[in-house]
Amino acid sequence: MDRLLRFFYEYKAFFIFFFLELICAWLIVRNNQYQSASYFNSSNRLVANIVGFSNGVREYFSLRDINKELADENAILKTKLEQRTQSLYSLEVREIKDAAIINRYEYVSAKVVNNTTSLFKNFITINKGKDEGIGPGMAVISSKGAVGKVKSVSDHYSVLISLLNIDEQVSSVIKRTLNFGTVQWDGSDARFANLLYIPRHVKPMAGDTVVTSGYNAIFPPGVLVGIIREVKLKEEAPFYELKVELAQDFTKLAFVEIVKSNLKSEMDSLELNTIGEPK
Amino acid sequence: MTRSGIWFFFSFFLYLLIQVMLLKNLVLFNTAFCFLYVAYILFLPTETNILALMVIAFFTGFVVDIFYNSLGVHASALVAIAYLRNYWLRVITPQGGYEINSVPSLEANGTQWFLVYTIPLIVLHHFILFIVEAGGFHGFGYTSMKMLFSVLFTMTILVILQLLTTERRRI
Repeated sequence: MDRLLRFFYEYKAFFIFFFLELICAWLIVRNNQYQSASYFNSSNRLVANIVGFSNGVREYFSLRDINKELADENAILKTKLEQRTQSLYSLEVREIKDAAIINRYEYVSAKVVNNTTSLFKNFITINKGKDEGIGPGMAVISSKGAVGKVKSVSDHYSVLISLLNIDEQVSSVIKRTLNFGTVQWDGSDARFANLLYIPRHVKPMAGDTVVTSGYNAIFPPGVLVGIIREVKLKEEAPFYELKVELAQDFTKLAFVEIVKSNLKSEMDSLELNTIGEPK
Repeated sequence: MTRSGIWFFFSFFLYLLIQVMLLKNLVLFNTAFCFLYVAYILFLPTETNILALMVIAFFTGFVVDIFYNSLGVHASALVAIAYLRNYWLRVITPQGGYEINSVPSLEANGTQWFLVYTIPLIVLHHFILFIVEAGGFHGFGYTSMKMLFSVLFTMTILVILQLLTTERRRI
């Protein structure tokens, strides 16, 4: 026993080193699990205030772009609204009468206070949290396209997993051919992601639009993800290699909308009852 | 607490603030990062106890991680540097040894010694950091490119900072 203790004492530096690295490894593994509610990230109030301050300074330089983007979006929405009211005049019967279906998706707008694009695992911090009814797992979109999912929330802030995160996958569909695949980022160029699992027999072309599929009930169906720019098919490969230019330029992200999916719990519990626990 | 003790206490916050408010937003060409906070561990006095060094490193890395949303990644890389730092200092002891209570610096130890001291440790730090962050060796070409440019960037800022502080002490 004495010798054992002496051994530990002699190599105490190494054991403490080992111990600290073990803690780090545990933190990394725990942090990687999706939707962990963790206190030590940038949704922490103090941390969010500090990064919010530095972002506030930076934002002054892009105010013009942000203004223009919001004005453009306003114009598009007004046009759409007008078209919708016009078509409703002539339409006697509304197709869907169920209020739960009509109000299936609710949108909450939020401002980005922290955003990275050059790491392998990028996260976005926004200035709305639990108090606005935001919870882990909700989809986040912008006026341009899909942005990511909510990872963890505090009272007034949330951290999102950006589409630019090598762990993030979004179920998507090629709009023209209606084939399903998964959009995932490879960690290199912030403008492009890959569309995976499109089988050989499909004929995707450069210029095809990729939208979310709505299969997982997180994203509403039909949210723009990007446009296919490069089509490659290796011999003997079962799937295409497709490069998708993302619709949202993540380096210029300023405002986002969180999608509250009101029927998600109903769909999930139905699937859980019939199919069982998702793997 | 001695005067230098107070300085090390405040420079801890200074390094962290510069890192998370300024350098975090400063990524050149989407590949070159500057992780200046490593300098805090590198430039603590030569006789600093290795256990204290590792605990300080862990907290420094932990705080940086909170801001980068990457819990554990920066901490693990920095603890490794803190563990190896004193051994490395012993290996490259200049003739006559270090002065008591001296801080490793460009001014006191010369440019060549300074580069021999900092470059391997910073390379190792960035290597651990990027490999752990990427979660393995896939896409190693791109990772090593990021690593190379980040080392260059960090080293440049580090040397500039050393030259600046030297200037101030002369006046």
